[in-house]
Amino acid sequence: MRVTNTTGTAMQLDVVRFAYRKGREVLRIPNLTISAGERLFIFGPSGSGKTTLLGLLAGVLRAGSGAVTVLGRDLTAMKPAERDAFRGAHIGYIFQLFNLIPYLDVLDNIVLPCRLSAERRRRLNGASLEAAARRVAEHLGIGALMRENVARLSVGQQQRVAAARSLIGTPEIVIADEPTSSLDHDHREKFIELLFSECREAGSTLIFVSHDRTLMPLFDRCVSLPDINEAA
Amino acid sequence: MLLLSLAYQSLRHRKLTSALTVFSIALSVALLVGVELVRMGARESFSHTISQTDLIVGARGGSLQLLLYAVFRMGSATNNITYESYRQFAEHPAVEWTIPYSLGDSHRGFRVVGTTGDFYTRYRFRRDRRIEFTAGHAPENVFQVAIGSDVAAALGYRLGDAVTLTHGVSSGRGILDHEDRPFKICGILQRTATPVDRSLYVPLEGMEAMHLDWGDGAPPLPGEATPASKIHKEDMKIKQITAFLLRAKSRIDTLRLQREINTNEPEALMAVIPGVALGELWRTIGYAEDALAVVTVFVLVVGLLGMLVSLYTSLNERRREMAILRAIGAGPRNIVFLLVAESGLLALAGTVLGVALVYGLTWLSQPAVEHHFGLFLPVVAPTPTGWAYMSAVVVAGLLIGFVPAVKAYRNALADGLGIRL
Repeated sequence: MRVTNTTGTAMQLDVVRFAYRKGREVLRIPNLTISAGERLFIFGPSGSGKTTLLGLLAGVLRAGSGAVTVLGRDLTAMKPAERDAFRGAHIGYIFQLFNLIPYLDVLDNIVLPCRLSAERRRRLNGASLEAAARRVAEHLGIGALMRENVARLSVGQQQRVAAARSLIGTPEIVIADEPTSSLDHDHREKFIELLFSECREAGSTLIFVSHDRTLMPLFDRCVSLPDINEAA
Repeated sequence: MLLLSLAYQSLRHRKLTSALTVFSIALSVALLVGVELVRMGARESFSHTISQTDLIVGARGGSLQLLLYAVFRMGSATNNITYESYRQFAEHPAVEWTIPYSLGDSHRGFRVVGTTGDFYTRYRFRRDRRIEFTAGHAPENVFQVAIGSDVAAALGYRLGDAVTLTHGVSSGRGILDHEDRPFKICGILQRTATPVDRSLYVPLEGMEAMHLDWGDGAPPLPGEATPASKIHKEDMKIKQITAFLLRAKSRIDTLRLQREINTNEPEALMAVIPGVALGELWRTIGYAEDALAVVTVFVLVVGLLGMLVSLYTSLNERRREMAILRAIGAGPRNIVFLLVAESGLLALAGTVLGVALVYGLTWLSQPAVEHHFGLFLPVVAPTPTGWAYMSAVVVAGLLIGFVPAVKAYRNALADGLGIRL
């Protein structure tokens, strides 16, 4: 099931409020609309609620009020298990660091989303898990590392493996939470280029969160979280 | 399936901790199953202390007392039975064989049993094992004695040694020794690992000959006793025995014979079925095995708690792993399943290893244990109790897995995709 099209809206937040504890609101966002296929840069200082926002968009957290619409479906109306399945099928996620399951090798880490979500696996269009993983790994320049123990990889290689895992099965949305802040400058640019080209090829919407504003010029659109977050 | 394989790979990744946990569970399971096996073996061996005997017959009294003095050579009879009564049943048409016992004398703490040649040919223990000799043969003359293996080992006797029997039961030197009529050792019995080993065996006539010329329970005055050289087996007239073992021609006759013996007139006799009496005795001394079982259950609890500790302490370092799994679409329930599967796998592996361990050890030590302790440890499929123990360990492992799993579930909900290092 391909929910998105390149001209529509990928995600939309309407009057969303969120608090971890009662009375201590972290986020209050009147509106945020992200178009399909867009490359959005969200920035803000540490503690401004970036990870919380991503949790809401990925459906790990549930908004206290308002609507979080992803690919036409309101996540706040779903049951937790439905949100988990939805995330597994439609969203790829990259963390800042330590993205990989330590006891799986590179290949097994990359194919994990497809093994967990049957819907994500169907998106491979009949290609075998290994072939699909190899393809995306080749594109990201880690094709030779498939059977490596992840503990032996450099941080840059680990982040590419994480990118490959988020991209396998061409999810409509890729969310990256400070994926480059542990990389040096040269690797940073190269990593973002690779991520862009893969997302373009897959037609995925990319939401990229960082506090590093030097990356801003590379993106279609930039949003300052403190500006749209009325709770801040 | 994916989560099970993840659980397996995660355990493999933490090889040392997993191996230690599996090993500690295996040891507790081995102990639990081993104790059950020894318990079974002990009960089995105990109930086969005497075999193929349908009835034990003695003067009327307590059935336990009869069992104790006739089989275990403990305590003593309050009354003897006349030789006539014995012959009456020995020649009974429904009786296949009998073995008479005449008790009451001892030698340095070991009981002396007067019996006949039937003891050496008919007596059975541990289902179908019979009396055999490591040296010599069964007594043929009045003043010959065959000794059990414990007697031979404890007193260092060899064939041809002369022994003096003591009137009554006492350890060490008795007050009234039959010094004038010593017995010569003609045979040493092979070890049976039953009370048979702890006795000396003389012919019924020998028992009678010792007490020849005695009157009113006192020895004859010096000079009045018949010299041993003038005593011949065929001249001895047996007046009484203490008890006898009886084998019926058919098992169906046993109960009828028992009733007949119990209602015998005029002499008051009593017959007990050894299996029943042994079972009663076992129940009275069986508390020890319950205590042992309780201890092993505690050992098992400690083993499982060890697993709980190792899983629980690993949770903090695994919070990242849980966040990653959440990010790729795993729900909190999947996280719970993963951890429960891990502890389940550990418990299962521990149980399998433990059972293998106990069966391997049993198989290896079986001959030695049987020889030294008279304990036959059967290498058979686990009993229903054994299976119940094993399943209980795995189920307990799964249940214990819920403790770290619920903690991980809470972590997963609280952490979300947040980075907690």
